[in-house]
Amino acid sequence: MTRPITPQEIVERCLELSTTAGTSATGGSHGLTVLVDELSRANLRWANNTLTTNGTTQERQVTVIATVDGAHGTSAGVVGRSAVTADTLEQLVRAAEHAARENGPAEDAQPLVADSVSADWPEEAGATSPAALSTLAPALGEAFHRSERQRRILYGFLDHEVHTTYLGNSAGLRLRHEQPTAHISITGKSRDLTRSAWVGQAERDTSEIDVTALDAELDRRLAWASRRVELPAGHYDTVLPPTAVADLMIYAYWTMSARNAHEGHSVYARPGQGTRVGERLCEQPVTLWSDPAAGGLECAPAVLARASSAEQSVFDNGLPLGRTEWIRDGQLASLIQTRHSAGLTGLPTTPAVDNLRLDVDGAGSSLEELVSGVERGLLLTCLSYIREVDPQTLLLTGLTRDGVYLVENGEVTAAVNNFRFNESPVALLNRFSHASTTVAAFSREWGDYFPRTAMPALRVPDFNMSSVSQAS
Amino acid sequence: MAHEIDPAFLALPMRSLADAALQRARDLGVQHADFRLERIRSQDLALRDGTLQGSHDGEDVGFGVRVLHEGTWGFAASVEISTEEAVRVVDRAVELASISRPLNTESVEIADEPAHPDVSWVSAYDVDPFSVPDTEKVELLSAYSRRVLEQAGVEHVQAHLQQILEGKFYADTAGTVSTQQRVRVAPVVEAIAVDQESGRFETMRTLATAAGRGWEYVTGDDGVVSWDAALDELGPLLAEKLAAPPIEAGRYDVVIDPSNLWLTIHESIGHATELDRALGYEANYAGTSFATLDKLGKLRYGTPLMHVTGDRTARHGLATIGYDDEGVQTQQWDIIRDGILVGYQLDRTMARAKSDVLGTSRSNGCAFADSPGHVPLQRMANVSLQPATGGPSTDELITRVDDGLYIVGDKSWSIDMQRYNFQFTGQRVYRIRGGELAGQVRDVAYQATTTDFWGSMEAVGNPQTYALNGAFNCGKGQPGQVAPVSHGCPSAMFRDITILNTAQEGGE
Repeated sequence: MTRPITPQEIVERCLELSTTAGTSATGGSHGLTVLVDELSRANLRWANNTLTTNGTTQERQVTVIATVDGAHGTSAGVVGRSAVTADTLEQLVRAAEHAARENGPAEDAQPLVADSVSADWPEEAGATSPAALSTLAPALGEAFHRSERQRRILYGFLDHEVHTTYLGNSAGLRLRHEQPTAHISITGKSRDLTRSAWVGQAERDTSEIDVTALDAELDRRLAWASRRVELPAGHYDTVLPPTAVADLMIYAYWTMSARNAHEGHSVYARPGQGTRVGERLCEQPVTLWSDPAAGGLECAPAVLARASSAEQSVFDNGLPLGRTEWIRDGQLASLIQTRHSAGLTGLPTTPAVDNLRLDVDGAGSSLEELVSGVERGLLLTCLSYIREVDPQTLLLTGLTRDGVYLVENGEVTAAVNNFRFNESPVALLNRFSHASTTVAAFSREWGDYFPRTAMPALRVPDFNMSSVSQAS
Repeated sequence: MAHEIDPAFLALPMRSLADAALQRARDLGVQHADFRLERIRSQDLALRDGTLQGSHDGEDVGFGVRVLHEGTWGFAASVEISTEEAVRVVDRAVELASISRPLNTESVEIADEPAHPDVSWVSAYDVDPFSVPDTEKVELLSAYSRRVLEQAGVEHVQAHLQQILEGKFYADTAGTVSTQQRVRVAPVVEAIAVDQESGRFETMRTLATAAGRGWEYVTGDDGVVSWDAALDELGPLLAEKLAAPPIEAGRYDVVIDPSNLWLTIHESIGHATELDRALGYEANYAGTSFATLDKLGKLRYGTPLMHVTGDRTARHGLATIGYDDEGVQTQQWDIIRDGILVGYQLDRTMARAKSDVLGTSRSNGCAFADSPGHVPLQRMANVSLQPATGGPSTDELITRVDDGLYIVGDKSWSIDMQRYNFQFTGQRVYRIRGGELAGQVRDVAYQATTTDFWGSMEAVGNPQTYALNGAFNCGKGQPGQVAPVSHGCPSAMFRDITILNTAQEGGE
């Protein structure tokens, strides 16, 4: 049996096979870029206090980007394949070159990023296996047994993945990034299904997950729900915990395309022409930022783009990423840029980063302290099924889920029914009255795809609960 | 004429890998094992103002093995195509089943299904989109874009085309072997208008949705979409929308076009009648369902006009296939009859576990995995509202409304975790006054509780109003999977529906 080809060999072999690489003047955009993504994953899923599905997978995705100079500009062809062998690489490179020639000039063409090499480039891809889950399985089993005894039902998901990316190009770039992610989320319900609670957590490794502590938090929340009160739709003094703030702020971040704003069709567009960068979005000293080196949220320190869109460009692969403030002290400071859109908007090149953090300057209190200041209002758990209703204001709709609690005189006194909300995260930043310190916050709605977030809790005096949902 | 399965897919060593994997599984003493090898070709093209903005041409090949070992599932997958790896993958699946065994309190059994030895199936299409040169595709989308961009008031145009060629090989320890191929496409063109002075902007897109069809759907050669007309109306409709008066929030009678109603069916009926949701399997993610198993045969879902079917057999349906990812032959069945809940969407595990209540011990073929690296879940069939033979036309439905709205095209959608409370918007919404259309209004959303909404359905349109619409991106499961699905429906009329003004909702 032949030895499987390594990711580094795939990169080097594709570059050797390229008819475009090596023919360009230094700093040109003519050439070849290769990304090899190695994904190793193991997971367990459960419902009704028993296992339902599981999986352990080894995936590979090879993306070859050929960039070809022509009379009218540089064109790009992008071809991705999962199963590759040494014999099929030439076909892959030719397919990318063919696609580039057929596609015609790309408007986002820029010189390839040159001459940067990761010290760990020669290392093997990280891996996980079923064994990574075996340390948590006994605690889960114990939680199932405890739930049976306490007439509770648990549902949830535990996932561990290691995603290693190798990026190389014909301009001498060789970058390796290893991204481990472990996350767990658990929904707990009373046996009669009238009470429901949820907890979630993302870490870099399963060893940092404490199933027993999460289960205890579910217990505390289900106990809050032992009394139930029905409330009508209306505007409520509402405490959004960090996970619910993450649900909303991730969406506000994902819609920060500089190109869309520049063209006038986004909440970040200025009437007439251009973007709202520089404009004050809120009076409070709010800073929304990303940083590949942010503690506990570490992520790829360079652009990894497998296709071009309004928000990313394949030509920008390997551009270094650093701390980027999207909102600084309440002022819109940056939007998601490619080098091409930066040219269009006349703003700095600030590509997207794979984490997000919101800080409110001067906020020193905890979630509990925020709750203690509420005379009569609501404490949420998380939000669900968030969709854009009006991009003009970034009005989002969605629902509360798995625990809405009545707060009276600073104490949680009951659980209340769920609601549909209609709110804009941008408007909320200008309306919140109190904020807590920022803590790690796993988004219920988007965390499976965007787990690296840290948020404060926010208290909003008039959160719009548009109608009642009977869901429990 | 049915196409042949792509020889390049058939050339993959699927049978030798399946033989090695299933033999290893038998040697390890499993109760059941299935092997699935897939090749999914995909191409995405995105144009902005007629210029190609991004493209991606993908081909995912891999295989997965699911074992039922000592009453517990184990699933493992790989992209290394070799018999040695196939054996290792079985070992990993059995290892995972062993680690999972202490967590499993219910010994799993699966519903019977006759063996289907060496069957094959190909979806209905004329032209495989992967046989069309890329230049031709980009030129067509560019021409579509320019045709819209030239219209008065159109500031920007975005065009997007997704194409999939799915090859699926399945073999199990009971002797079923199936080889199948499906083609699907999703073309969309969206026009954007921006009022420079006020900064207000609006969008309007073509109504054609994703379909289980080939390149002929994108060109219009099959006559399903009249592209010239669909593109030429965007500018004028958009200008009218930008100048339209806002809706006054309140309660209105509404006529809903199939281009909008399909998504409401998807969310409020399709997902609610997935048995895995009703049993709580999705409680931590996609949600559960109010339509629980104890309500089967009793729940009044809506008016007696409601006849809703599930199928994986409708020609051009996105969920349509010959055999599901558990080797079950697909079929059509009733979900709601005379307004009463009478059926669910099933897989083999649930069909067996709940056979006493369901009154059947067989799966109706709703298992699907979106890739070789994912385990099959119960996923949605084409869930469709049947039209009324001899029923009204869309125009006749509108004449029955004195003061109301006509809603066309899907846009925003959201529904709660138990499928009660939903809110939808449309591409364009017309005022109806005195039984006639009276121009567009803006900022409209309709909000209702599922059974109230379907209980207010006073009329369903005739078969001439019936249309099949769908999407590629129905999400479910952890790790997340997407599934393609279609929904057929006629136009229909609903009385006394809550209508919101979305600008007011946003505090304006």
